[in-house]
Amino acid sequence: MRRARLVLRSVAPFLIALPVLWLAQGASPPDVSIVLVAIAVNVILAVSLNVVNGFTGQFSIGHAAFMAVGAYTAALVTTGMQDLQLLGLPEGSSDALVFFLALLAGMAAASVAGLLVGIPSLRLRGDYLAIVTLGFGEIIRVVIENTKALGQATGISGLPPYTNVVWAGMGVVATVVMARRLLLSTQGRALLAIREDEVAAEAMGVDTVGWKVRAFVISAAFAGLAGGLLVHKIQLVTPRMFTFVKSMEVVVMVVLGGMGSITGSIVAATLLTVVLEWLRGVDQYRMVIFSLLLIVLMLTRPSGLFGTREIWDALPRWLRRRVDGGTP
Amino acid sequence: MTEFLQHLVNGVSLGTIYALIALGYTMVYGVLKLINFAHGDVYMAAAYAGFYIATALDVRTHPTAGKAVAVFVGSMVFAGALGWAIERFAYRPLRNRARLTALITAIGVSFLLEYGFQLPSFQAQGRTFEEMLRGWGWTVPGWLDALVSFLPASFPPGPTPRFFPEPFVRVDWTVLGGVHVSNYDVVSFLVAVAFMLGLQWIVFRTRFGMAMRAVSFDPKVAGLMGIPVNRVIATTFVLGSVLAAVAALLVAGSRPRIDPIMGLMPGLKAFVAAVFGGIGNVPGAMLGGIVLGLAEEMVAGYALSSFRDGIAFAILILMLLVRPEGLLGRVTVEKV
Amino acid sequence: MRAIRAVALLAASLAAVACQSKKPEAAPPAKTAVAPVPSGDKILVGHVGSMTGSEATFGQSTDNGIKLAIEQWNAKGGVKGKPISLRTYDSQGKPEEAAVAATRLIVNDKVNLLLGEVASSRSLAMAPVADANGTPMITPSSTNPRVTKDKDKVRPFVFRVCFIDPFQGTVMAKFAREKLKVDKVAILRDVGNDYSMGLADYFLAKFKELGGTVVDDQSYKAGDQDFKAQLTAIKNKNPQAIYVPGYYTDVALIARQARELGMKQPLLGGDGWDSAKLYEIGGKAIEGSFYSNHYSPDDPSPRIQDFVKAYQARFGAVPDGLAAQGYDAAMVGFDAMSRAADGSGASVRDAIAATKDYPGVTGIITIDQNHDAVKPAVILEVKDGKSVFVSTVNP
Repeated sequence: MRRARLVLRSVAPFLIALPVLWLAQGASPPDVSIVLVAIAVNVILAVSLNVVNGFTGQFSIGHAAFMAVGAYTAALVTTGMQDLQLLGLPEGSSDALVFFLALLAGMAAASVAGLLVGIPSLRLRGDYLAIVTLGFGEIIRVVIENTKALGQATGISGLPPYTNVVWAGMGVVATVVMARRLLLSTQGRALLAIREDEVAAEAMGVDTVGWKVRAFVISAAFAGLAGGLLVHKIQLVTPRMFTFVKSMEVVVMVVLGGMGSITGSIVAATLLTVVLEWLRGVDQYRMVIFSLLLIVLMLTRPSGLFGTREIWDALPRWLRRRVDGGTP
Repeated sequence: MTEFLQHLVNGVSLGTIYALIALGYTMVYGVLKLINFAHGDVYMAAAYAGFYIATALDVRTHPTAGKAVAVFVGSMVFAGALGWAIERFAYRPLRNRARLTALITAIGVSFLLEYGFQLPSFQAQGRTFEEMLRGWGWTVPGWLDALVSFLPASFPPGPTPRFFPEPFVRVDWTVLGGVHVSNYDVVSFLVAVAFMLGLQWIVFRTRFGMAMRAVSFDPKVAGLMGIPVNRVIATTFVLGSVLAAVAALLVAGSRPRIDPIMGLMPGLKAFVAAVFGGIGNVPGAMLGGIVLGLAEEMVAGYALSSFRDGIAFAILILMLLVRPEGLLGRVTVEKV
Repeated sequence: MRAIRAVALLAASLAAVACQSKKPEAAPPAKTAVAPVPSGDKILVGHVGSMTGSEATFGQSTDNGIKLAIEQWNAKGGVKGKPISLRTYDSQGKPEEAAVAATRLIVNDKVNLLLGEVASSRSLAMAPVADANGTPMITPSSTNPRVTKDKDKVRPFVFRVCFIDPFQGTVMAKFAREKLKVDKVAILRDVGNDYSMGLADYFLAKFKELGGTVVDDQSYKAGDQDFKAQLTAIKNKNPQAIYVPGYYTDVALIARQARELGMKQPLLGGDGWDSAKLYEIGGKAIEGSFYSNHYSPDDPSPRIQDFVKAYQARFGAVPDGLAAQGYDAAMVGFDAMSRAADGSGASVRDAIAATKDYPGVTGIITIDQNHDAVKPAVILEVKDGKSVFVSTVNP
């Protein structure tokens, strides 16, 4: 019974979201849908980074590199399988299946990258970890820029435009459900313990390095998902899309929302994307305003908008119990 | 053989620049345990300060020794003031918060400087604003126009790279049958060594240095012991920024192109150098800088030049995995 | 108490999102010198360029060129009597931003003509948007063949007024082999820039085809300040010339450092060298080097001299190659609009495709069946602090 409830609670969001997204897509003109996709991608990035930075308390600033790995892998799969018709399905369904497989491949590749980066790095702490992740991020980008098969500086163009509001939205749902489930699980408790006091956690028998690596891998996988979605909207993937500045933008979203708060990441990512779009009329000042915002935020409210709280913590007790499924 | 020696010279020349910037990083980290991401951008701002002073004094057409000194001193004073201001207004309020908060603020300051310097000049912005008003059908009041005319017409400099006039005349020598060295290379090296020795002396032979070391061990207790913690930290920042200014002018003088993002990569690489040598350790920063410069040069010259930037990070990662305290650093035990 | 604050914050931000979804045009007026107006009996031109970031100087130059063209046409009464205005969005040097900017310009602001971008990778992000919405797009400086051709199909609404890499790369290869009689050449390319990589690849292929040897192929990154490692390696291989198909911002420093190392070989390059800053920063080091370009600044033809003077009067600086190309892209667009049967995207597109022998400042422009500009290239030599004409190469 418990099991069935758990499965239902995990699947329900997808079922509820699907028709909503279909409607949203139908109602959006192209300029709105591209912004919605941009928002979705940023939300996925922010929530996935939150798993490492917020839940586990590690400081990773190389997130864009995992996005790159996922993006390039997905691009290679779709361009490679473009003319295939899978399982005799009609073209639309075949394309959807190809895209799904491409995204999965992207996530898989990104998690491998996460593993390769995580294993050596996560023995380090704090500032050092930050710089090492930054370093790995740059190295991955340099490698991509030097690989002829990946198009070097020009990248891969002519990707089929598979991403739309529905796909991007489902990606968001998947990421949020993953984060929520993780947070409430036993494994999640291990991560939180590591965040609160790593030495104490180790003393209590938590395999800190092992769990940190796992968090890293999961986070990287979803960054790869974001990458795959983004490049199939703009139909192009180039190394310039995944620089250190991009990683920092994601970090800002996580910090703005509150590290450890899923709601915070969603709200902050949405807010920042929207605000930056809104400021398009004053383009030159965007980044200046962005950096001022960051400084002011850190000086006045460093815990971010939500701290470690979630929106559903504000619900009255009886409703919360229903949502959580038994445990207050 | 000549090629190898030339690479050696190039590498050391490159390395001394990293060393000068790394000295600033290492001192600030030693005292505050903060990676001052904005350090590379103070370097950039100092280069621009030197540029403005040099332009005002017309160094390009009539260079003199006195003007060169003025450029150097002016730029160093500016950098020191900027470093002081950043510490005072962006970092000091966060002294007792999580390290992460200060790190993110540092990144914010870095972006602010980089993108701020890319804005069109204040006067040009004022004129654009006037155009906008006219476009809406309003008339521009006389006082606004007068105000706009008073705004600086050349600051911020904008993204176009600028030519930096040589502060002192460049002399090139050819030694050992084909190796080219310039006086800028020699001066940079000597200056870096001098600064390193000077800093070492300050840190280990003066009372102020003792205060710095005390603050780096434990700021709270140092404060209780009567050490003016704020003053010590501020002075450290100023010192580091002054060093960055010297590096900036030597670089701008010998490689005469400046632009608002010139500090990003050197800043990162200098940080790698500082970590490599042992963060918090002054000779370590010098050593790290030279080693990094040489490594970068050798890889770019003999192997794949396209991996030049990647090499710095690869070295960093290797170092942190093998010996995280750096070459000359001491292992610190974390007390629970 | 705190929870209520959180909920209020969330509601506010959701409201912001909702507003965004319904009214994306809540933006303040664009910060351009020419006030934006909606289309109808006015013409709105959209420009996507890098206004910030490492390539900001190129985007801003292009924008200046476009502005000059608009002002000149408006002084004559506009296109078919309709005044022209400009809206410029920043791509920040990122392809995904270019795609969003292009989409907003086309769908939201309903521009009649889309101009941009400088870099091929960003133009590639914009091209599908232009095609999908039937808005003509002219790129002033993107040289990768794929910008106008998607695999083997010509993109219906995308045009360019500049050379493509295959042409320009081979031009310099032929010049080096035939006129300069160079047997051994080295290449120093900007590995992060698709323009530089494209030119270098085509140069390399043609040079080898003509019987020459490429003794070394080194890379740098735009913004680097130290090139001595690569130059020392090149020096050791003794080439007779070095092909540096990068932007003037780096080439000037490369020339200086090559001379400092005692290297006397001439440098060869492409239209990315075209800027007054090349001589300012390069000084004596760049003397005696050659580059291919669209036009010669000492070309006495009044068309070019008038442009240079007008640009200088308006912007207080000598135009660089990117400004000239931005100007021509806009001019070709307006010329086509004045010839077009009506204001629809399809007829403007047809008019652009029919452009023949248009006297631009970057050459006499004819658009071929691939939507590329067919125009001769000139080879220039840097002498006495300026570029002098050496020869013309016809396609």
